[in-house]
Order: sequence, then structure tokens, then C-alpha cells
Amino acid sequence: MAKRLLSWNDLKTLQKELTKNINPKSRWIAICEGTGCRVYGCLDVSKALEQELQKQGLNNVKIMHTGCHGFCERGTLMVIHPEGIFYSRVKPEDVVEIVEKTIKNNQVIERLVYVDPQTSKKIPYEKDIPFYKFQKRMLLGQNQKISPTSINDYIAIGGYQALAKVLFEMTPEQVISEVKTAGLRGRGGGGFAAARKWESSRKASGEPKYIICNADEGDPGAYMDRSVVEGNPHSVIEGMIIGAYAVGSSDGYIYIRHEYPLALHHITEAIKQAHEYGLLGENILGSKFTFDIKISRGGGAFVAGESSALMQSIEGRVAEPRAKYVHMAEHGLYNKPTVLNNVETWANVPLIINMGSAAYGKIGTENSKGTKIFSLVGKINNTGLVEVPMGVTLKQIIYDIGGGIKQGKKFKAVQTGGPSGGVLPADKLDLAVDFDRLTEAGSMMGSGGMIVMDEDNCMVDVAKYFIGFLQEESCGKCVPCREGLKRMFEILNKITDGKGEESDMQTLDDLSQLLNDGSLCGLGNTAQNPVLSTIKYFRDEYEVHIRDKKCPAKVCKALIRYQINKDKCTGCYLCFKNCPSNAITGQIKQKHEIHQDKCIKCGICYDVCKFDAVTKE
Amino acid sequence: MDLTKVDKILTNHKNDKAMLVAILQDVQDEFRYLPKEVLNHISKSLNIPLPEIYDVSTFYKAFSLKPRGKHICSICMGTACHVRGAPVILETAKTHLKIEPGQNTPNMQYTLNTVNCVGACAVGPVIQVDGSLYGNLTSMKTIQLLKKFEKD
Repeated sequence: MAKRLLSWNDLKTLQKELTKNINPKSRWIAICEGTGCRVYGCLDVSKALEQELQKQGLNNVKIMHTGCHGFCERGTLMVIHPEGIFYSRVKPEDVVEIVEKTIKNNQVIERLVYVDPQTSKKIPYEKDIPFYKFQKRMLLGQNQKISPTSINDYIAIGGYQALAKVLFEMTPEQVISEVKTAGLRGRGGGGFAAARKWESSRKASGEPKYIICNADEGDPGAYMDRSVVEGNPHSVIEGMIIGAYAVGSSDGYIYIRHEYPLALHHITEAIKQAHEYGLLGENILGSKFTFDIKISRGGGAFVAGESSALMQSIEGRVAEPRAKYVHMAEHGLYNKPTVLNNVETWANVPLIINMGSAAYGKIGTENSKGTKIFSLVGKINNTGLVEVPMGVTLKQIIYDIGGGIKQGKKFKAVQTGGPSGGVLPADKLDLAVDFDRLTEAGSMMGSGGMIVMDEDNCMVDVAKYFIGFLQEESCGKCVPCREGLKRMFEILNKITDGKGEESDMQTLDDLSQLLNDGSLCGLGNTAQNPVLSTIKYFRDEYEVHIRDKKCPAKVCKALIRYQINKDKCTGCYLCFKNCPSNAITGQIKQKHEIHQDKCIKCGICYDVCKFDAVTKE
Repeated sequence: MDLTKVDKILTNHKNDKAMLVAILQDVQDEFRYLPKEVLNHISKSLNIPLPEIYDVSTFYKAFSLKPRGKHICSICMGTACHVRGAPVILETAKTHLKIEPGQNTPNMQYTLNTVNCVGACAVGPVIQVDGSLYGNLTSMKTIQLLKKFEKD
């Protein structure tokens, strides 16, 4: 059992204790154990490394099992300090060589060094890699220095100092004013000023007041919050306690998706540790302030990410949103004043207190301060999480950091803001990314999903995807959303099936207006964005589907067919053997044939054919 | 059916009606689905009308009112996976297992599900089998993966 910290001094002493034996020249290894790297088998690499170090008697070399580093494309990631040598795609079989050459003899292993896809140059040090160099990793950077299950690691890098400063040197009003001056806007989607919510909740009557962290990251294609909760759970907890002090709240909730088991495990562990140190519970750090956090697991409903629906869910009911004229800050959870912010917003709070609002306010644009984490995914070379100051352009994110489009293909569009956002075409690449510019362009910041698409993606299919997603996730309370989305989905299906009519685009436009006017919450209000933005920027693609019954990107199943070129087919049997739907017939060494009625268009025949005999039209 | 396990879950949540979602989650962890008898029992114990419990248990995607197979295979349909070919992966899995999402294979070896993003977007298309993630899938790899779990 850890010793309770009874004062700020206790915390300072503990930090000194934890850092006194750290020699900046000593060797330590950071291994990324985030979700992406786990898919690549990082836990086997960690195990192999531990065994090898022990075998070699290198007990003084510390392994740091960290959360997500962000460069998920290259997993498993390993950074060897103090030099900061960066190895990627590390496999357990590389470990013996790493220990022998790099750990023992300071040699860099060329084979494991990152090669810049654009210049073909080898870059051995993490700090020089473009993916990292052009970012400003105020939040994500901490992930690489700590083990998420160790509160001591967090305290060693200065964790909970912001909380102590707030408790002992600032009044709640000063905290709110500091957050207001810093210009912190909610990172969950709407971009609402955090301090304004805090202020109204502080002034509202009703006890207890609640603080909620929305970790129900439902936006498909976005995983920033997952990585923050998994990799640095204490930063979220610290932010929430500071918020609670400012608002005058004693009860907090973290509402977390059940699809994120590792994040749930780490936040549960972190809350337990914070309790043991007296950083949560009664009389935090010996002050008069008391605050506690409970965990509420989501049930797998996208709409539960909407603030009022989320509160319904915590209360044990179905997650249906309610009208917005009743402010959550005054009548929220259990009808009491409630402040809800998302993971990234809370994690920014300790930063603001530590840096001071003036320094924080220098980062970003006039009305969008600080950094934003984006989940840069899709058809991009360097997929992963990137943190940039607001105001950088899409081009900088996609090309300088993201390394451009996969396989040298042509950029077509980038989708931001999840199902409520829109797509932006190539001529918008110079757009500065902040809350207001993205909205003006017909998309939105959202929680930070950034899905890059290339020439092989069909924009009608993308619109259909989002509308399909939303109609499935609509809670059904408002008729325009429930029925309107269904009709829009039907129309888009019709178009992608090659049965579209000229009038369909007008009908889509009309329904979009209806949804916007007649829905209570953001899910319905903004559902038209994916459709309207694709029509606005890629009208010709819709027209080709409707008029010519063709899908230019060769995506829409009903409009493509796989065929076997009889001149090239050698009868090797490979496609026949692998076809999951028995759609291919033919004898060995004789020409094969694909039967369109049975073909599910999975493309296996196309992938396995060694003679380019399968064509896709 | 062992209802004492349910009572224990209810006690853990202090028989609090507001904890219904959490209670149902614990029940599902214990029984792998939400059996009718258990829902009846919760209804009586907490004095919540049964339709209200059904309302909650059918609203959230995490809950299943039917028994589920030995392996739960969830295909990620998030945007990042979608643009990298998730619909084709789903089609392949459906054809291979000969079931639709939400169904079990007749031998109860598999339940096929879709999930709206598991947050492993960098390695899409992704399939989650029994909580473990498998990434960078193609139709071929999907069939190989499904075959692996068919026998154990």
C-alpha cells in the first residue's frame, strides 16, 4: 500500500525521490504497447527483450512499457535512449541483435532504421523523423516517457503538480479564468468554450455537482482518446480533479466505451492508485477538497456520445438525447449541474495550469488555441496519431507528417469530423485546420478523425457508408432522423446499385434540410454533411453513377465485375481453389470462368492470380 | 440456471436501479448473453418493469438476448477500415461461415458480428476475435484466420 500524500510538500518529496537516481546518460528502452503495436505482436517483443537482458546480465537497462507513440503504421516501435535511436517493425527475432549491437556496443542496426518513403534516406534518430519532427506533441509526447500503469512514472515527470498548485495557490474562480484566458475549446466535436460550461455550472444551484469525462469515442476512424486513456490515464484524472475544484463538484464519472478493454483496465488501475496516494477521495493532498471518480461502461451506442444521451446512459436508461434549451451545466446528470468534457479536453487542463494561460494561448490560431490530436488514417503512408498546433494546413498534416498517399496514388479527399463531418477535396488542402475554418468549408473538426482517401475510393460509397452508419445508430426519437436517414440510405443504395434517377440528388438535398431542421441532437442535425459535401465537391461522380451506371473508382459492387481473360488464363486452379463462393468453374490446365450470379466480388481471384488473367471492370 | 450469481451481481451494485446498464454488462460477462430468466429475475428484484429492461437490453449493441458461439468474431466497420475494404472482408466472412451478422454457426463455434470501430484504425481492415485484434486483413487472410478458430 502506497503512503498517502498529505501535503504538496509530500508530493514534491516523492517526485524528488523518484527522480534522484535518474541519470540522463543511462540506458533505457521505450517499447510501445499501444493497441496498434499489440496487433503487430509487441508483447512478444517485450518478453523477448526482458529475457535477453536478463540472460546478458544487463539488469541496469530499464524497459519502459509505454502506451501509444502514435506511429502505428510502423509497429512494433522501440526507442533506445539516451540517444533516441528509433527502430520500427521490430520482431521478437530482432531482439538478440538489438541487445548485442545497440545496447551493448552502441551500434545502429541499419535494417531496423526508418527509411523516409519520399527521400529514401535512412533516419536513425526519432527526433529527425518527419512524422515526429513536424508535430507538437504536448500530450502524446508524455505517452513515450511513462508506463500507463505506474502513477510514480507520471509523478516523476511532474504529474499532479498542476493539481497541487490549483488546490493551494488558486481560487476556483482563478482556475476558471485561467482556462478561459487560455481559450480552451472542447475537443469532442462542438468546440464549445470549456470555461463557459464550468462557469455556468459553478454558478448554478443544486448539489452535488457532477463532472463527466466522455470517453465514449464512437466516431468511426478515430482513436485519439483511446490512446490518451490507455497511455496516460492520470493526465485525464488530474484534469478532471482540477475541473471539479473549479466547479465545486464532489462526484465524477468517466463514461468509457466497452470496445476499449485496455483503456478501461488502465483507467481503473489509475483511479485505484490515485486513491492510494490520496489524490482522489477525501481531503485531497491534505486540503479541504474532496472528489471521487466512478467508471461507467458504455453499451455500444454511438448516440451515447451525445452529452444528454450519455447522462441518460449513466442513469441506467437508453441513451436518448433531449432538447438543448435545458443546459446540462444547470440540469444535467440526475438533473444536477454537470460539466461534461471529453478525454482530450480534460488532459489539456493540467498543461494549461503548468504552462500558464499566456504561453498556452500562443499556440494555435486566434480562436482555436492549443494543439489537436488527429487520427490520420486511411490511404496514407504514415498512419497513426498526430498532434499539431491548430492552424497548420491539411497539406502539412497529410504530406509532411503523413508522408503522402500510399503506393504513390493520387489524393482524392480527406474526411474529417466523423459521421457529422464532410469530405474535402484536393483544392482545400491549403486550408488551415482549426474549429472555424473546417466548418466554413462544409466539414468540421469533430473529435479528430482524419481519413485520407485516394483515387480508388468512391465518394458516393463514402456518403452511403456514413448514412448507413447513422441510420443504424439513430436512437429513433425524432422522426426526421429515424425515417429521413432510412430514405437517404435507400436512395444512395439505389444510386450505387446503378438504379439512380436524375431527381435523386434533389431529394437528398431536401431530406438533408429536413434532418437539419427537425432533429434534436447533433447526430440528426449534422447527418447531411457527408452527403452534401460529397455532392458539392464530387457531383460528377454521382452523375456518372446515375447517368452511365458506372462506378469510376470501381468500388460499388453492383457496378463492377471480375472476369477471366481467356488468353492469359493457364488453368492453374489457384482462383478456383480459393474462391469462397464457388463462383469459379474450370478444370486444371483449362480456361476458368467466373459466374457472375455467384460472385461476391471479394477480389481473392484478382489477388491470387499470378498471370494477371483476372480483370476488374 | 444459477440465479445466485445474479443476486451477487445485484448486491455488488447495491440493488441500485440506476446501475441497470452495468448490471446487464456483468450478467452478460457471466452468462455470455442475457437469458430471459435472468432478466425476469432482475425485473422482480429491482422492481423494474420487464419492458423497460428489454428496452435497455435491445438498445445497446453490446447486449445479446440469444446464446452466442464459442468464438465471437467482430468485423470492424469503422471508416478507416471501410476505405481499406472492410465491406469485402465482411462479405467474405459471411460467405465462408454461411451466416449473417448477429447469427451463430449451427455448431455454435462462431458468432459473427459487426462493430463500428474498435479504434485500431492504423492497421485496418481489422477483425476482433474473442477480444484479440487481427489487422491488415485481405479476403484471403480472413479465411485463414476464421479456419484457425474453427477447430478449437
